[in-house]
Parts: sequence; C-alpha cells; structure tokens
Amino acid sequence: MDKIPILKMGEFLLVTIQVDLYDRLALALESDLINMVSKTEARGVLIDISAVSIVDSFMGRILGNIASMSKIMDAETVVVGMQPAVAITLVELGLTLTGVHTALDVEKGMELLRSKIGYLPKDEEELYDDII
Amino acid sequence: MMTLSKESLKIEREPDVIFFRNKAKELAVKIGMSMVGQTKLITAASELVRNMLRYANGGEAILEIVVRNNVKGVRLTFVDKGPGIKDIKQAMQDGFSTGRSLGLGLPGAKRLANEFDIKSEVGKGTTVSIIRWKNGV
Repeated sequence: MDKIPILKMGEFLLVTIQVDLYDRLALALESDLINMVSKTEARGVLIDISAVSIVDSFMGRILGNIASMSKIMDAETVVVGMQPAVAITLVELGLTLTGVHTALDVEKGMELLRSKIGYLPKDEEELYDDII
Repeated sequence: MMTLSKESLKIEREPDVIFFRNKAKELAVKIGMSMVGQTKLITAASELVRNMLRYANGGEAILEIVVRNNVKGVRLTFVDKGPGIKDIKQAMQDGFSTGRSLGLGLPGAKRLANEFDIKSEVGKGTTVSIIRWKNGV
C-alpha cells in the first residue's frame, strides 16, 4: 500500500502530501501521524498541501481530526500551501476547517508553530529568564 | 443540449476514484474551464463518487462533454444500483447523514455544480448528474 512519509524536524513533524489522496490513504496518514506525535513527543505538526489539487469533505474532515487529536496530545497542527482554487471550493462546499491553523507557506507555517508552542530561540530564552 | 463525447467508467474500489477524477479533470481542461471551475467540478465529483462507493458499493460514472447555446460544459453522471434514498429532501440538507460523514456530500456537490439533478428509487438505485459550464460561476 502507498504511504505518506512523515519527517521529524526537531520538535515538529513535517508531512508533504504529494499525491491526491484516496480515503484509505488519508485514514492511514491520520493514524500514522497520531502515533508519531505520541512516539516522538512532537509539539507541532505541519502539513503541506501545496501539491494537492482537491480537498473534499472527507479530506477536510481528516485534516480536522488530525488537528483535534494532536491538540489532545499537546501538539499544534498547521496546514500550509493551500491552492486558492481549493480554498474557494472548500468554503463553497461548506467546510471551514474550524480548529485547523493555516499559513500560506512552509516558512510561515513553521513561524506560526513556534509562536503557538511559545518557542523562543536559546539566547532570547536566557534574556527572558533575566527579566524574570 | 448536445453530447460531443461520452465515456463510462466502472467505480468499484477507492483507487478508481483517483483515475476517474483525473479523467474528469482532463475533460475540464480540454474545454478550457478555469482552475476554480475545474476544482469545483472535481470536488463535487469526488463527493458523489464517494457516496456511490459507500452507500451502493460502487456503480458507473459517465463523463460527457456537452454543448448548449454554443457553450461547452462537462456533465458527470453517477449511476448506482444501491438501496436508493428514501427522503431526497432530507438528504439534500447540510449536515444530514445516515453514515458517519459530515453530511456535506450531496448539498455541497449541488453548490459546486452549475446544474444538479438527482433521481432515486428505494430498492432500485440512485442517479445523480451534475454539469459545470466552461463559463459557469
């Protein structure tokens, strides 16, 4: 069976979806991701969907599930790179992806994740300690 | 309305859905549909084809290029011999589902298409057809 690779980058998990998903593949990704969050104690999940040409109600639900499950496991989820046509279609379909954070690209997504988990670079952290 | 081309695909397993979506996209590109139009068409098709797999164990998907008043469009028709829909009005409401889905499939597909038609008979099956015109909004 096909599989979507999940990369670990520091405290984050990175997933780039390069193919259009069918339902079973999306479900497998959902469970793989949650297992990985638990195993690696990741604090954030970044899902890049820039190569995905359609997100239907099922795929939307999976993204929502991943976000809420990760949240329960103390990790934040950011979906990045949604194509404009996909965004327009999603809203008209009636899916607003509530609870899923989004960002325009991977870079902005990483920034958002860092700010969500209150990550500060090492030196700033020390500075912060001094103030306290 | 005239049909310019017609082909039919059997939908029996999930991976058939991907193949079908690609075929539908090819037709949309061929008649020069916009990116947003293509995405709406394929997304609507994806909802309908999933319904067919989930509730009727598959069926047949017919892909056509049609023309009316000199405007081309893509018509997709989904024919299944499943259990049929008892109350179409209810099935067309947002959030209604007899399965465990979000219940956006039918009403969502209707919003995404320019034309939508559904016929169903309990015990016999369901036929849903959608059209998106090249210049459709």
